[in-house]
Amino acid sequence: MLKLENLRTYYQLPKPHLFAKAPTVFAVDGVSFEVARGKTFGLVGESGCGKSTVALSILRLIESTSGSIFLKGIDLLRLQGEEMRRLRRHMQIIFQDPYSSLNPRSKARELVAEPLVVHKIGTSYEQKARVEELLSRVGLRPEQFELYPHQFSGGQRQRIAIARALASNPDFIVCDEPVSSLDVAIQAQILNLLVKLQREFELTFLFISHNLAVVQYICDDIGVMYLGKIVEKATRRLIFKNPVHPYTKALLSAVPAKDLAFKESLTRIKLQGDPPSPMNPPKGCRFHTRCAFAQKVCNEEEPDLKEVTTDHWVACHCNPA
Amino acid sequence: MNDDILLQIKDLCLDFPTRQGKVRVLHDVSLSLRKGETLGLVGESGCGKTMTALSIMGLQPGKIAKGEIIYRGENLANASEKRLQDIRGKEISMIFQEAMTSLDPVFTIGNQIAEVILRHENTSKELASERALAILRSVGIPAPDQRLREYPHQLSGGMRQRAMIAMALACKPSILIADEPTTALDVTIQSQIFDVLKQIQQEMNTSILLITHDMGTIVELAHRVIVMYAGRKVEEGLVKEVIQNPIHPYTQGLLKCIPNLEADPGPLRAELTEIPGVVPALTDRILGCPFSDRCSLSNMRCGQEMPKISFITNTHRVFCWQVIGAQ
Repeated sequence: MLKLENLRTYYQLPKPHLFAKAPTVFAVDGVSFEVARGKTFGLVGESGCGKSTVALSILRLIESTSGSIFLKGIDLLRLQGEEMRRLRRHMQIIFQDPYSSLNPRSKARELVAEPLVVHKIGTSYEQKARVEELLSRVGLRPEQFELYPHQFSGGQRQRIAIARALASNPDFIVCDEPVSSLDVAIQAQILNLLVKLQREFELTFLFISHNLAVVQYICDDIGVMYLGKIVEKATRRLIFKNPVHPYTKALLSAVPAKDLAFKESLTRIKLQGDPPSPMNPPKGCRFHTRCAFAQKVCNEEEPDLKEVTTDHWVACHCNPA
Repeated sequence: MNDDILLQIKDLCLDFPTRQGKVRVLHDVSLSLRKGETLGLVGESGCGKTMTALSIMGLQPGKIAKGEIIYRGENLANASEKRLQDIRGKEISMIFQEAMTSLDPVFTIGNQIAEVILRHENTSKELASERALAILRSVGIPAPDQRLREYPHQLSGGMRQRAMIAMALACKPSILIADEPTTALDVTIQSQIFDVLKQIQQEMNTSILLITHDMGTIVELAHRVIVMYAGRKVEEGLVKEVIQNPIHPYTQGLLKCIPNLEADPGPLRAELTEIPGVVPALTDRILGCPFSDRCSLSNMRCGQEMPKISFITNTHRVFCWQVIGAQ
């Protein structure tokens, strides 16, 4: 369904003064993964690791520097103008914050109709029927269709955002932290809804989150990102049962888990300090400045993502295949 | 036993004036905080946990309608503003979720920490900045002498949170109120802040009132926990008791509705238990149990009468008619 090959997205920052070179942020630096139809791929990592940039690059909401993105075999980065516009109806995104991603001046009904209008799908009568069907599917009552976003709670707003993403009948949806800004009790409602809709519409998800428990719940395969690179990539079971990369281990042991037995099963790895700036990533392995197992080779050579066991890819010098 | 109690809140009720008249946001909240312990307040947004904390400091927006806040024998609920100013920062201090908006952007970190010390203690500027340096070092900020001269925007999120903790601790308060201290931070930074809080508690024997929506944070830091819902206390107990044997249906829902991180994950995308509906609006008049309209066990009585307290153990208590019925 979706395949990324060596995707790089760099941002140019404004020049600090007239004759200076513009500093570059290496937000995504060589990311590759595949997502099969109907599956969910999870990207986890801390803020600033580039996971949202990957999402926006796939939708071409920001332009990538190099690499390729294949959606159903078509390289999105080579498409231009009208071709790209036509393909956009097949991919949609749900953002983290339903307070800022919905136009406050549009009614729920208009918000969901918008993709249909933009892509000229169906007659106005068909559009109306489709909008009403979608809004009821996500659990809103008919009398709520004419309300404005501020009249809804956070969870309901996220439901509208989901209905809107489904409107053009896409195959692929990016969920960028879809539950992070919601209260815990509401998170469960939205996660259940996403799972239900995925089954009904055979959707493929790219699920981005910093919350490992949510990722564990919903994702078939998981990629762990650190400073613009995937450091470990495996099936859900392998990542949690047998994490290999020291960063993955640190991330897992840092989660405040309710399950005390699980916490004790992990060797606790405490990370010191903050992640380095993606403007100036460390040479060699990007994690070596915070890694407890760093050797000489780590500051010199960048480790490649290698398959250590079937379906388990790790980029680390300390764990050769 | 009772001698260790540092702070006691008795039947606190707080009203907000609104255009529709008075709205009660806290209903008979009682709690006690012992010396050196961490008490967690957990609940969804709008459940009144922050308002409880602000009331202790006398910073609440509304009016305390009823109840007492007793700190070392003194009722803070009717203390003068001048007295409260002496207490804030010296005896009881608070750290907030968003370190960036709580620190003043136009003063250096050192200045802001020294300000607290100078306000409360009769000391020189030089001594105050020396103490600021020492306290920055104790919360684990690398190169503290340099950070002292920096402005909040020059620090990272984790560092800012440390600076704010340092500021709160400058006068060695006996109570630290931590309002969602790690919510805005990444997990690895969050666990560093946990360690700082644990360490200072051990060193200074500070009592911490921890406010959070995350049960994980509670397990990590707190000794006891109070679960709040719609401005009321619904369950209270030792963290272990409440986590392993939650009694109130709301607590049970809260614990079950979040996917749990496990070493051996269960089936993929198994349906999560959800709590149906939404939190009642503050303006709704609730006669009975505030949770009754979302509760699967609720009956006639739940909707009409507020449940009385029942004791599960000495330390574990709950407000639910179902428990009373079963006993």
